[in-house]
Amino acid sequence: MIRAASLLRASLASALLVVFAFLLFGPLANLALWSVAERWYTPYKLPVVYGTRYWEQVFRPTGDAMASLGTSIWIAILTVLIALALSVPAGYALGRLKLPMRALFMIVFLLPQAFPSVAIYINVARIFYHLGINGTVLGVVLVHAAHGLVYSVWIAAAAFAAVDKDLELAARNIGASALRTFFTVTLPLAAPGIIASGIFVFLESLDEFTGTFFVGVPQVITLPLLLYNAAMGGNYQVASITALILLVPSVLFMLFIERFLRADVLAKVGS
Amino acid sequence: MQAETQTMSCAGAAIQVRDLRVAYGGTPVLHGVSLDFAPGTFTALLGSSGCGKTTLLRSLCGFVPVTSGAILVGNRDVAPLPPEKRGMAMVFQSYALWPHMTVLQNMGYGLRLRGKPKAEIVAKVAALLAMLGLTGYEERKVTALSGGQRQRVALGRALAIDPGILLLDEPLSNLDAKIRMTMRHEIRAIQQRLGVTAIHVTHDREEAMTMADRLVIMQAGRVAQVGSPEEVYDRPASAFVANFMGAENVLPLHVERTGAGTAITAGGAVVHLTNRDAPAHPTGEAVAYFRDDVASLDAPDADPRGDLLVPGLIVARSYPGGLYRYRVEAAGRQITVDDATRHEPGVAVSLRIPTERLHIFPAAEAALAA
Repeated sequence: MIRAASLLRASLASALLVVFAFLLFGPLANLALWSVAERWYTPYKLPVVYGTRYWEQVFRPTGDAMASLGTSIWIAILTVLIALALSVPAGYALGRLKLPMRALFMIVFLLPQAFPSVAIYINVARIFYHLGINGTVLGVVLVHAAHGLVYSVWIAAAAFAAVDKDLELAARNIGASALRTFFTVTLPLAAPGIIASGIFVFLESLDEFTGTFFVGVPQVITLPLLLYNAAMGGNYQVASITALILLVPSVLFMLFIERFLRADVLAKVGS
Repeated sequence: MQAETQTMSCAGAAIQVRDLRVAYGGTPVLHGVSLDFAPGTFTALLGSSGCGKTTLLRSLCGFVPVTSGAILVGNRDVAPLPPEKRGMAMVFQSYALWPHMTVLQNMGYGLRLRGKPKAEIVAKVAALLAMLGLTGYEERKVTALSGGQRQRVALGRALAIDPGILLLDEPLSNLDAKIRMTMRHEIRAIQQRLGVTAIHVTHDREEAMTMADRLVIMQAGRVAQVGSPEEVYDRPASAFVANFMGAENVLPLHVERTGAGTAITAGGAVVHLTNRDAPAHPTGEAVAYFRDDVASLDAPDADPRGDLLVPGLIVARSYPGGLYRYRVEAAGRQITVDDATRHEPGVAVSLRIPTERLHIFPAAEAALAA
């Protein structure tokens, strides 16, 4: 009886694992298949002609894909710089100093996520058009930074809060000024969390679609927009290849974050 | 040794604390503490948790803002100064070593701040490590060290800047018992060798007694008694101090002046003392505090021979080693007595208590301390 029950449990677990793996890897396999399908039409279950023609097309130096990959990365880097420039001081203030209305500040950074993004970005686009930064990299970077600040500020605040106060006091105690203490003790100890927050912002920017669509198009074309255009135009091969390219940094950075972001920092996010 | 004595030169500084008051968010924690610390002395601040001893230490080095009062170091009031300008070095209970730095970087941090050349920093850290028994540990990560090693590095980091004043905030309480014993002696020896003024916060009575020249017993944000370990242990100034220093047996008494001297009554027993033996006992209702080893057991009908002989009943017996430890019910109290002979629980005995070893306080004061 017990043997049968444990056998049943084991087979149920493996069945669930298979389902989970299929849900995770099924769409990825489909993308990979589409990226090498030169001809694929009904009623065939698999591509009729395989080839790397579309890969060559995407990776041609003069192609749209390479240009928008460059734009995407450039925008993501600028976004990270702006977000960190704001979130390091803001995170320190929220994580370390006794601020009145601290919870309110934390929620302000959450606001951009709280409302339907289309509604927000239509209005942002109106204002940016007025300011003359619609369709510029600056406009897109500002939109991405506003979106990314919630991650960077919350994680930076948690990273600073996780630094033991005694470690700072020990530096002050043997002669370091407050500023010196910040740069030699607090910041290096909070750095892993801050780097992780930068990575989150980078990935968010790389993936961002709605804001770029309203603020950047048609002058600024990022990789997600290229993917959208290709998919709308029925070019599933280019869309699949673009999606796979977008996947690479995400996977790499997630591995990175797992190493950097310690449990005690994660436990303090939002607290 | 030659190199050590050349590089170490902590001249102890004097501290005078004058009517120091500290409050946390409106709640007063220190109610006007005044203390003098002579150069080169080792003082232990002793008290139960919440008595303000750590607050006092942290306000001395500037981690806690003071409400009023002065902290004079060499006739200069440092109370308004930030921590980095006070010339005091602290050893933390949590070690507070910087995990992103090596042993050398940790210990050399204060020297680098002072713009010392690299060679000098390396030489000084090496000398300190030799003194602390950690020769060759410069490049170790502090996270790879044991608790005792970490606390030595923390001590070395504090001493590296040649502080006039060394503050020790329960530095041994995170260490296991055996290492704690050796560190007590090491810290004391180093302090004496360097002549630094040390202030040590602890809740461990034995640690305070074995390390310090002078004890400061604190109670609820005030100084309860200041004195050498012998003074505080043998002549506690209040019921609280007596109790805190281990005189945990409590015996209610009645003290009366008679023509020839003093009569002490406890639980039906009376002892008459001449004025020479009992010069200053308070009269009226009083409470006596005494240690477990003061009383002994005797037969119910034994001859008092000048001692207080209180009738009682053995309630429980245990054997902690060497002696038997009894709980005896006498004068309406449970009293702990150590005695060499074996008796069975339930036996009627009398407690032989030498009155000269009792700490007697008026009952009203004892009620406040309890």
